[in-house]
This record gives sequence, C-alpha cells and structure tokens, in this order.
Amino acid sequence: MSDTLAIVLRVLAVFVVFLVFPLVIGQTEHKVMAHMQGRLGPMYAGGFHGWAQLVADGVKFAQKEDIVPAGADRKIFQLAPAIALLPYLLVLIAIPVGPGNAVGQALDAGVFFVLAVMGVGVLGSLMAGWASANKFSLLGGLRTAAQLLAYELPMLLAAASVAMAAGTLSLPGILDAFHWWWVPWQIVGGLVFFTAGLAELQRPPFDMPVADSEIIFGAYTEYTGLRFALFLLAEYAGIVVLCALTAVLFLGGWHGPFGADGLGWLWMLLKTVVLAFVVIWLRVSYPRLREDQLQKLAWTCLIPLALAQIALTGVIKVVIS
Amino acid sequence: MTLAAASHGFLTPSGVEIAFLLVGLVTLGAAVVTVTTKQLVHAALWLVVALGGIAVEYLLLTAEFIAWVQVLIYVGSVVVLLLFGLMLTKAPIGRSPDADSGNRWAALLVALASAAVLVWVVVDAFRASWIDLDGAAQGSTEVSGRSLFQHWVLPFEALSVLLLAALVGAIVLSRRGGEDTPDGRAVPGNGHAAAPGAAASTGPDSARREGQR
Repeated sequence: MSDTLAIVLRVLAVFVVFLVFPLVIGQTEHKVMAHMQGRLGPMYAGGFHGWAQLVADGVKFAQKEDIVPAGADRKIFQLAPAIALLPYLLVLIAIPVGPGNAVGQALDAGVFFVLAVMGVGVLGSLMAGWASANKFSLLGGLRTAAQLLAYELPMLLAAASVAMAAGTLSLPGILDAFHWWWVPWQIVGGLVFFTAGLAELQRPPFDMPVADSEIIFGAYTEYTGLRFALFLLAEYAGIVVLCALTAVLFLGGWHGPFGADGLGWLWMLLKTVVLAFVVIWLRVSYPRLREDQLQKLAWTCLIPLALAQIALTGVIKVVIS
Repeated sequence: MTLAAASHGFLTPSGVEIAFLLVGLVTLGAAVVTVTTKQLVHAALWLVVALGGIAVEYLLLTAEFIAWVQVLIYVGSVVVLLLFGLMLTKAPIGRSPDADSGNRWAALLVALASAAVLVWVVVDAFRASWIDLDGAAQGSTEVSGRSLFQHWVLPFEALSVLLLAALVGAIVLSRRGGEDTPDGRAVPGNGHAAAPGAAASTGPDSARREGQR
C-alpha cells in the first residue's frame, strides 16, 4: 500500500512541477524581457508587479472559441497539441532533482529515454502544420522537421559524451559519478547540447519555424483558445526540461560547493533557473537565424564540435582509468 | 533465458503475456491500417502507432534500452523524415484515390514472404526458450552492450560499414547534378563532369531527392 502511495505522490509532485514551472518561466520571461527592453511588462493583474498575468491569460484562452478550420483534417488538428505537450510531462518523470531517490522514476537508460521522448514532441508540430490546411502552417511544419533532423544528432552526441564519461546511461547514475572537474571537461559538449536543445524547442535565435514576420506563427497559425495555449505551454515546459537536463548532464545537477546532502534540490533549482534566464536572455539579444544559416550551424559547427568532445572524452577516460 | 518451457503452459498466461498479446494486436492493426489507408499522412501517423507498439513490446520483454532506441530512431527520426518528405509533395488532406499502386499483389506477396522468413528465423532461433520476466532485467543497457560488443561485434561492424556505404552513396547521388543546380550556383569542389544535357535533366530531380533525404 505504501508503495502505491509513494508512486502516486511522486507522479503528483511531477505533475505539479509540470503545471507550475512553465508558468513561472513564462512570467519571468515577461518581466525579464520587459526590463531588458526598458519597459515594465505586466503590472496590473494580481496587484504586485502583475504576478497573475499568466493566470489571466489562461482564463482568457479558456474562454475563447475553439475553432477548427473547415478545410483542416479535424482529428489530427485536435490531437496535435496533446502530442506536443505530453512528452515533456513524461520526460520530467525521469529527471533527478536531489541525491538519493529524489526522482520520479529512475530508469536504466534514462538519457535515451529523455532524448527519445523529447523527439516525439516534434510530431505534434508536424501534425499541426500539415492538418491546418494552411500554406504558412505547412511551411512551419517543414522547417520544424528540417530543424529537428539537423539538431537531434549533435544533441545525442553531446549527451553520449557524458554517458561515456560516467559509464552509465542512467541519469541518477551520471550524477553519482560526477566530479567538479567534469564541468570544464565537458563544457564544449554542454554548449552544443544547450544550443541544439534551443533549436529543438524552436526558441530564438532558432525560431525560424514560427518566424512571425515571415510565416505568421508557423504550424500554430490556425490554432485558437486552449489548444493554442497548450502549444505555448509545451514551449515553456520544454524550456524547463532542457534547462534541467543540461544542469543534470553537464553542471552536476544537485552537486554544489557545499550542502549537497540536504540542499541538493536547491542547487538543482538554482542551476535550472539560471539556465532558463539565459534562454530568455538569448531571445532578447540575438536576431533570428535564416534557414540556411541554421542548417549550416548544425552541420558544420555543432556536429564536429560534438564529435571532438566525444574524442576528448574517450582519450581522457582511457588515460585516467 | 531458460529452457523451462515445460513449466509454462500456453493456457495459463500471466498478466504480462496478456498485455504483450494485446499490444501486439494493436501494433498489427496499426500496421495493416498503415498500408491500407488512402490518406497518405494518416498512413505515416499510423506507422508511429505501429512503431511505438513495438517499443512497448520491447519494454514488456524487459529490453528497456532497445525500446528507447526504437522510439528515438524510428518514431523520432525516421517518421519525422517521412513526414518531411510527404510535406514536400502535395500531401493532400483527405483521400487520394490515385495513391494505390498496381503492384499491390506483388507487394503483398513480398511482404508475406519476408514475414514468413522472419517468423521462421525467430522461431528456429528461440524455439522453446522463455525469458524470466520477474528476475533481473535481461535487456538492460549493460547486458545489451556486453552481448553486442563481445559476441556480436563482427555483425555490428559489418552493419556499420554498410551504413557508411549507404551514406557515401547518398552524398554522391545528391551531388551528381551539382554543376547545374536550379539557382545556377556551382557546388564547390565537385570534380565530376557530367554531360550538360544529363546534368540539366537530373538537376531538379536530384535536388528534390536531396531534400527528401
């Protein structure tokens, strides 16, 4: 009985994180972007510095009419937001937040699990892009697919480098094997992973698939109301997942200079939040890459860097063993 | 794996075995719909269900690593590539009556023959061996890695050479019409001199093939 209760509690905790963190990051994005651009951002909703702006947005989205275009493929159009969002919920289950057993579910091949399931989320964008019966949506879907194909590989290679260093594919196992000098050792892989992850999430400067000045909003052009909100939520949940994964794989997760036993989860949280801030910062400071620049960056820069990182990992691993 | 078939009956299935059968039925159904549906993109999406079902079957057989690799490679990459290719075509919404090929009976024959070969090989290889699903995972990453790189390293290397050959072949094919690309730019470093007429005729075609790849 207590086993069942523990599982329910874990799943519930993951679900709460899944519902709360993306909203927190969304609100942070509102405020951080505003201040970086010399504005105030939302100030009224909820009273104190507009903290309830996203709650108000959610209520607004829920009230809107849910429209399916007449020419669209109805079922796939309606299914797409769920396919885009659910993988991130599943991924959160496998991410360890503290020492010991502080993880939704420890998996033997955790690295593969998170990368595989994250890749599935893109199917949602593809389905949305095709089923909308809209040229801009189709273009957005095409760009999404091209981007995923280019950036999945460097992401995998960078993650493989860490797995090689730790000698295990399990995420808690990788953290157990972590030493502080892994950070400089794996730093190139970390940068590649983070950049490729940004591209997979279609965050600026890699937001070509949803480039609003060219193709309106890419695959999501025809969506309204709650389904549109689900796509936005998927983007922010994706930021949470990417930042947490980068923190676990390359920055030592719950390890910290001190207090790793009791306050491990706080270190993990801190690293995730700092990385999320960087994601927002990049959005404000970099112009959008053109489609060919995007592909070129992946194939001629990130993949060679990731391969070099794997070679370096292998050499050092052999030398120290 | 043990050779304890005698202690297992087919009439007293366990929960996992029932789940395995049910998922197998769903997978089979999805696969049949994939090849019979008249809606092109729906076929690709049913393929996702079929491939995902196979991943679940691997999971039920405790081959966790293989299951996630299946999701990563097939659902995450191959189907995305397929959808990308479909989107480059008209990929109409709704039925496409001209999607049927005249070769359907030949295709059915080939499919049945290859299925027969595969089933025969698997049955012949494993016969009455049973996997103990309750004990330690027998398909964990460590076990898979050990057997792959100790016992099966030669086929593994042969496969990687095959894949490399396919990769090189794909690059060569896609660069063949390089001198005469539609926007008139020459591909640098391409020393292959094709006849101008041939290059002109293969230019757009190979560009499309490159895109689909």
